Amino acid sequence: MMDDLRELYQEVILDHGKNPRNFRHPDDANREAKGENPMCGDRFMVYLTLKDGVVDDVAFQGRGCAISTASASMMTELVHGKTAAEAEKLFHAFHELCTQDEPDIPEGVDDETMEKLMVMSGVRQFPVRVKCATLAWHAMNAALHGEASASSDQF
Amino acid sequence: MSDAILNQAYDVQRVREDFPILARSVHARKGKPGKPLVYLDSGASAQKPRQVIQAMTRFLEEDYSNIHRGVHFLSQTATDQFEAVRTKVARFLNAPNDRCIVFTRSSTEAINLVASSYGRTFLNEGDEVILSIMEHHANIVPWQLLQAEKKIVIKVVPCDEDGVLDMDAYRNLLSDRTKLVAITHCSNVLGTVTPAKTIARLAHERGVPVLFDGSQAVVHGTVDVQDIDADFYVFTAHKLYGPTGLGVLYGKYDLLKKMPPYQGGGDMIESVSFEGTTFKAPPSRFEAGTPPITEVIGLGAAIDYIEALGRDAIAAHEHDLLQYATQQLSQVDGLRIVGTAPGKGPIISFALEGVHPHDVGTIVDQYGVAVRVGRHCAEPLAERFGVGPTVRASFGLYNTREEADALVQSLQAVKEFFGA
Repeated sequence: MMDDLRELYQEVILDHGKNPRNFRHPDDANREAKGENPMCGDRFMVYLTLKDGVVDDVAFQGRGCAISTASASMMTELVHGKTAAEAEKLFHAFHELCTQDEPDIPEGVDDETMEKLMVMSGVRQFPVRVKCATLAWHAMNAALHGEASASSDQF
Repeated sequence: MSDAILNQAYDVQRVREDFPILARSVHARKGKPGKPLVYLDSGASAQKPRQVIQAMTRFLEEDYSNIHRGVHFLSQTATDQFEAVRTKVARFLNAPNDRCIVFTRSSTEAINLVASSYGRTFLNEGDEVILSIMEHHANIVPWQLLQAEKKIVIKVVPCDEDGVLDMDAYRNLLSDRTKLVAITHCSNVLGTVTPAKTIARLAHERGVPVLFDGSQAVVHGTVDVQDIDADFYVFTAHKLYGPTGLGVLYGKYDLLKKMPPYQGGGDMIESVSFEGTTFKAPPSRFEAGTPPITEVIGLGAAIDYIEALGRDAIAAHEHDLLQYATQQLSQVDGLRIVGTAPGKGPIISFALEGVHPHDVGTIVDQYGVAVRVGRHCAEPLAERFGVGPTVRASFGLYNTREEADALVQSLQAVKEFFGA
C-alpha cells in the first residue's frame, strides 16, 4: 500500500511539486491555454513560444496539487526544443502511460524521454489522480492546436 | 440533562454495529489486510443503518406497488405506508400538518422547485433575492438561472473570519426591493449554524419569505420550522442516514397554495383535457410522476432510527467529537481550520501548509481515512477565505474519538511524506 504511495510520490515528483521549473509567464509566448479541473479547483496556464514549428520556450503558472504541479513542470522540460509534432506525440505517449495498463506508445519517443514520462505513471494506480497528472499536458496540447482551454471534464 | 449524562447513555460502539459498512476495511491487497474504514465524509453522504436497509428491502419484498392510483390491496398498503412517512416528516420538522411536506428528488430539486414555481410567479425585474456567501451551489445556481430569465438581483450576505454570518450586513441588505431570502441553516464547509429565527424575523418585518437549506442542519440538531417561522425549508434524505434520490420541501401551506406546478405529469392533476387541465392541491401538485416510493419508506426508517437514539443525544455526541477533533487537529503544525464559529456543527474544514488538499486526501485514504477534498460545491466561500480547496472531515452519529485520532495520525504521515 505504502509502496503505491511511494510510486505515486517519487522523490523527483515531490521535488518538481515543490520547486516547479519554468513557473513563469514568458513575454514572447505566442500560444497559451488554460487547463482546469473543476472538481478540485486546479488551474494552470500553459504558455508556448512557437518559432518555425519548434517549441522555443514553454512555461506555466497557476495552482494545483503536487501531482499536477510536478507533471506540469516535467512537461515543460520534456517538450522544450521539440517540434510541434513531437510535442503532440509526447502528449499521446504520456496519456497512454497514465491511463492504459498496456500503453500503446507512438513510435519515435527515445528511451531517455520514456524514462522521464514513466516517472508519472504510478498515477495509474490512483484513477482519481490521473486527471491531475494529465491536466497541464492537455493544456499544452490545446495550446499547440491554438485552443484557449482544456477542461478535465472532457479528458 | 447535561452533556455528560447524555454521553454516558450514548453507546457509540452499539450504534456502529447498526451500520454494516463500518465493519469493512479498505485497500486490502493480495495477502495484505486492508485498513479499517474511518468514514469522515458523512457531510457528503451518510452511511445507512441496517434498519433503513431492511425497511427498504422488506417493503420491496412484501408491500411494493405504485401508489395513489390502484384500487388493489398492495397499492393501498403502499400508499398508506408512503403517506405515513409524510406525516412522520411533518412531525420531524414540527410542521403544522403533512400537507406542507412535498417529496422531491433532492434538496437541489426542492430549491429549484421554489426558484422556478415561486420565483417565476412572484419575482420580477429588479427584485432582490438575498443569499449568503456560504451557500452550496445548490442554493446559488437556481437563483442565477432565475436571474438570467427574470433579471432579478442577487445580494450576498458576507461572513467574518470565523465564518459567522454578518447580521449587520444582512439587515442593511434587506430593503423594499427584497422579495426573497434563501440562506443555509448550516454551512457544509464551515459548519456555521446560522441564526435562522432572527433571519426569518427580520425578513418577515418586511413581509419577505425565507427559504432555509437545512441539508446539514437537520442531521445535527432538532429543527422546528414553526419556531424558526421558516416559509420554506429543504433537506435531503441521504445525508440523514436515509437513501439517495429523495429530498423534502417544507412550505407554508398558504404559499404552496399560491404556487403553480413545477413539473407536469401524472399524480398532480385533477382532470386533464386538451381544453385545459386542472391541478391538485399541494403537496400533490408538486409531485408529478411516480415518486421514489421505496426511498420514502427508507427515510421513514431513518427518522425512526434517529429518534430512537435521541436527537439531543446524537447532537451531544457529535459536539463532543467536534470539540475533541478540533483540539487534536489544532496541535498539528501548519494546520489551519477554516470555520470557527461558536455553536458550529461537526464539520471541520482545514488547510495544511505546504500540501495541497488533493494530495492530503490521497495519502490519508491509504490509511483508511475517508475525507472530502476540494471546494465542496461552495466556490465563492473558498475564494472568501483565500485558501482555495480544503480538506473536510465531517462527523456523524457513528464516529468515535479514536477515528479523530486516526485522522490526526494520518495527517502526521502526510507531513512526514512531504517534509511539510
